[in-house]
Amino acid sequence: MNKLPLTVAVSGLNNTDNPGPGIPFIRAAKESGRFELKIIGLAYENLEPGIYMRGMTDAVYKMPYPSEGKVAFLDRIRYINDKENIDVLIPNLDAELHTVMISEKELGELGIKTFLPTLKQFEERHKSELEKFGEKYGIKVPRSFPVSSVSDINRIPKDFDFPLMVKGKFYDAHIAYNKEQVISHFNKISAQWGVPVIVQEFIKGTEVNVIALGDGEGNTIGAVPMRKQYITDKGKAWGGITISDQNMIDLTRNLIAAVKWRGGMEMELIKTINGEYYLIEINPRLPAWLYLAVGAGQNLPEAMLLMALGEKVPPYTSYDIGKMFVRYSYDMMVDLDDFQKISMNGEI
Amino acid sequence: MELKKNLAISDTGFVFDANSGESYSLNPIGLEILNYLKQGLKDDEIREKIMEKYDVDASTFDLVYFDFIRTLQQFDLFEKS
Repeated sequence: MNKLPLTVAVSGLNNTDNPGPGIPFIRAAKESGRFELKIIGLAYENLEPGIYMRGMTDAVYKMPYPSEGKVAFLDRIRYINDKENIDVLIPNLDAELHTVMISEKELGELGIKTFLPTLKQFEERHKSELEKFGEKYGIKVPRSFPVSSVSDINRIPKDFDFPLMVKGKFYDAHIAYNKEQVISHFNKISAQWGVPVIVQEFIKGTEVNVIALGDGEGNTIGAVPMRKQYITDKGKAWGGITISDQNMIDLTRNLIAAVKWRGGMEMELIKTINGEYYLIEINPRLPAWLYLAVGAGQNLPEAMLLMALGEKVPPYTSYDIGKMFVRYSYDMMVDLDDFQKISMNGEI
Repeated sequence: MELKKNLAISDTGFVFDANSGESYSLNPIGLEILNYLKQGLKDDEIREKIMEKYDVDASTFDLVYFDFIRTLQQFDLFEKS
């Protein structure tokens, strides 16, 4: 089979203790065998490890922070596109998704394709909107209360029993056992990620996750459930295993069918001792552990790239159960010249 | 009581619950008992088989056996009745 020449720009090269999905996405795309790939890395920090990982990217460009807005984003993308001629853009970080979504028309004019949820889908699954989302789609969710100031903390409903979860709108989650801890977590999270901060009821049980890909027409192209086996102090999976749980698959398929979800997603669920599932979060992109799905037989990045190009992709119907991943850290040696290039020129 | 169907039991005593992702390790007697349970043997039949093979009296066996069963229940390894 002839390989399809394809230039893909990918962000999320932060393979740190808070890893982004960029490098596993690139790894999966390269292993697909369907494409003759040129990978353009998009980075926000000079020390994102993916910048320096040999054989992963063909070029890397620094990007303006998403907070700088659409104009700065598009200016930079135009510059990169003039040099690299991007076919598909895969944003992998929650904080940049909104900017990319509202730029889809301009990206299209540049010949750059994406495969993202619609703005409506993106907005309605926000942590602060999760209760309404659960009601609308008939999914159990913990009650939550958005907090935008310290005084809001006094308005948390009295029947919210401690412990409570305090969560940032994009990242970060801490457990609070009393009001003082809620205030402390609120101050820390709001300083880093802004408001609202979400105070959520704590659901006791086992955290389980599903990675999935929707085609935007209600079909689930792939779905793999996983249980975290090793969790870092940032709450990130450092080890995980695929599990056989038809309830989780059904929940995912029903949700994707109802929402007509387009693109990658990660559902974070709590399974209680009574076998009930509570949705605690939907991340609107493939997660950093996406390579586990590839290892289990579902190359979702390959499917996503093909769908971005307008191809019909048949759904995956099975995956290997009991497939594990274990992360590791590794010290790469980096030439000062590379660091200098990315620091001074913003490209390498 | 019926063991969960998606329980994978290896010859070495490694047990994987595909539904929860949990894994356990058993000693040889634990493995033998779990295999009897998987074959659908009743408590009396398991007692008889173990007593035939090993030097153990019924009351000692029952004490240890039902403690083992409670542990399996605690780990949610039986089908819900």
